[in-house]
Amino acid sequence: MSFPWAKEYKPATEFGQWMDEKLPLPRFIYNSLGAGYPAPRNLNYMWNFGSLAGIFLVVQIVTGIILAMHYAANANIAFDSVEHIMRDVNSGWMFRYAHANGASFFFIAIYLHIGRGLYYGSYKAPREMIWLLGVVIYLLAMATAFMGYVLPWGQMSFWGAKVITGLFEAIPLVGKPIQELLLGGFAPDNAALNRFFSLHYLLPFVMAGVIILHIWSLHIPGSNNPTGVDVKGPQDTVPFHPYYTAKDGWTLGLALIFFSIMLFFLPNFLGHAENYIPANPLSTPANIVPEWYFWPWYAILRAFTVDFLFIPAKLLGVLAMFSAILVWFFLPWLDRSPVRSGDYRPRFKKFFWFGLIPCILVLGYCGGAHAEEPFVMMSQIATAYYFAHFLIILPLLSRIEKPEPLPNSITEAVTGKPLEQAS
Amino acid sequence: MATVETADSATLDDEAGGVRRRDFINIAAVSFAGAGAVATVFPLVNQMNPSADVLALASIEVDISAIETGQAIKTSWRKQPIFIRNLTEAEITEANSVSLTELRDPESLADRTTPGKENWLITLGVCTHLGCVPLGAAQGEVKGEYDGYFCPCHGSHYDTAARIRKGPAPTNLEVPEHEFLSDTVVKIG
Repeated sequence: MSFPWAKEYKPATEFGQWMDEKLPLPRFIYNSLGAGYPAPRNLNYMWNFGSLAGIFLVVQIVTGIILAMHYAANANIAFDSVEHIMRDVNSGWMFRYAHANGASFFFIAIYLHIGRGLYYGSYKAPREMIWLLGVVIYLLAMATAFMGYVLPWGQMSFWGAKVITGLFEAIPLVGKPIQELLLGGFAPDNAALNRFFSLHYLLPFVMAGVIILHIWSLHIPGSNNPTGVDVKGPQDTVPFHPYYTAKDGWTLGLALIFFSIMLFFLPNFLGHAENYIPANPLSTPANIVPEWYFWPWYAILRAFTVDFLFIPAKLLGVLAMFSAILVWFFLPWLDRSPVRSGDYRPRFKKFFWFGLIPCILVLGYCGGAHAEEPFVMMSQIATAYYFAHFLIILPLLSRIEKPEPLPNSITEAVTGKPLEQAS
Repeated sequence: MATVETADSATLDDEAGGVRRRDFINIAAVSFAGAGAVATVFPLVNQMNPSADVLALASIEVDISAIETGQAIKTSWRKQPIFIRNLTEAEITEANSVSLTELRDPESLADRTTPGKENWLITLGVCTHLGCVPLGAAQGEVKGEYDGYFCPCHGSHYDTAARIRKGPAPTNLEVPEHEFLSDTVVKIG
């Protein structure tokens, strides 16, 4: 598909031949995930998390369909139906814990996948569309995860729904009507629970659709690689199958071991005990925090504590939180450096490892902590740095930084021999 | 030609005899993953079986002291109707007078009742044809040509021992597993 030397699909059987003429699905798979997709030969383990995220999306869809067979989306019985799943349904406890922890594993994979893209410049031309679609997938994943967390209708579910829909109330003039529109009421209740369930079931399939577009647009330029240097010839690539299917399979095995440890030994480690108390609209839990994968954004939301000019602090926090992700849509045009890989950008590398990454970790930590000092101050500094990284540091760096010399080819970077002699 | 051809890739190609050293790793890895997949599929399917709360209601106890001779009651067991009939002497005689060879599903009344309690006929109220509820349990309902039950859906006639006598149903009304805990209480299921 992407390179002229890609192996051509040849049906092995007469049925395969018949199928190839009628509906070339096997050819499509062969060219996307099989031997027909030449991938750079030097991909490191950071390139394993895209497929891993995809597999965990499948885990979520399979366990989610099963949970939906036993769950009742009604505010009166939703909580009890979850306990019914835990106690009565055959292996129900396993499916619920797999679904709850599977969300965390999906986000671990997707964050490492995004981090890979940020460091190795995978968002740069010609791969801007892949990046943009990826941001869309991430936004859909956040919406899906949020609505899923509401469904057990415990205390955290209820107050999470109230707080997050409360964000829309910050919009001037139309905020209140929008919040009531989203909830179908004045506070979360049956109407909100039902629509969240409906959308929680729908959005993963929308995600799957956007993922297909994501992979489609990936296969036009082909995968980026740790050097960021374009593929120049057949020596620079290996067929995706068996090389990367085997490599992905190996890390999938490792991921499933960690997943099993969480699922069977620490199933509630990432959850909140508070959510085992049925929703009570008259009492808010003492420390209301979202799931860990939202903590950095939550810290940005809470970092704004005073009104600025005529803008209330509440609106500022909401705007900042949404902007923190929306800025990613502009990233391909904020970072103008023609060098993709951070390995060859000495200053970018320092700002990445000692600036952006600690900044996001601090935000994550503060987002999970109580909204008090010193965490508010830390959130404010980290929020300022976060935006500075994307809006000031990256555009400036691309002007002033002197990149290190790039290898002439992937093959030269790997073998030390020029492309022509390496074969 | 196209890909990375290095010395160690020779192990990937067929060696003499067509056996490759990597075959062992391949087969071992795929078998391991396959065994894991099968182990995972079992709970994926088994979750659709009746859950513990459904199974907990799988047996009921019924007080039959108020059922007069010649009366029948309908009750519900596992979400299905149950007929409990206190047979009259005439009905018992009628049931016993039939030769088993005449029956589509040969069973005597004694086969279908508890020894010493032959007047208590306990059956599912589910026609064995396609699952409708036959008439005949309540007062005034049509009992069919054989004085037992009559299924209005497709015209199956059951006799006083609830055995199929005429119509499309293949077998007698099912007698559920039951046990008399005392003279007035029967446990079904």
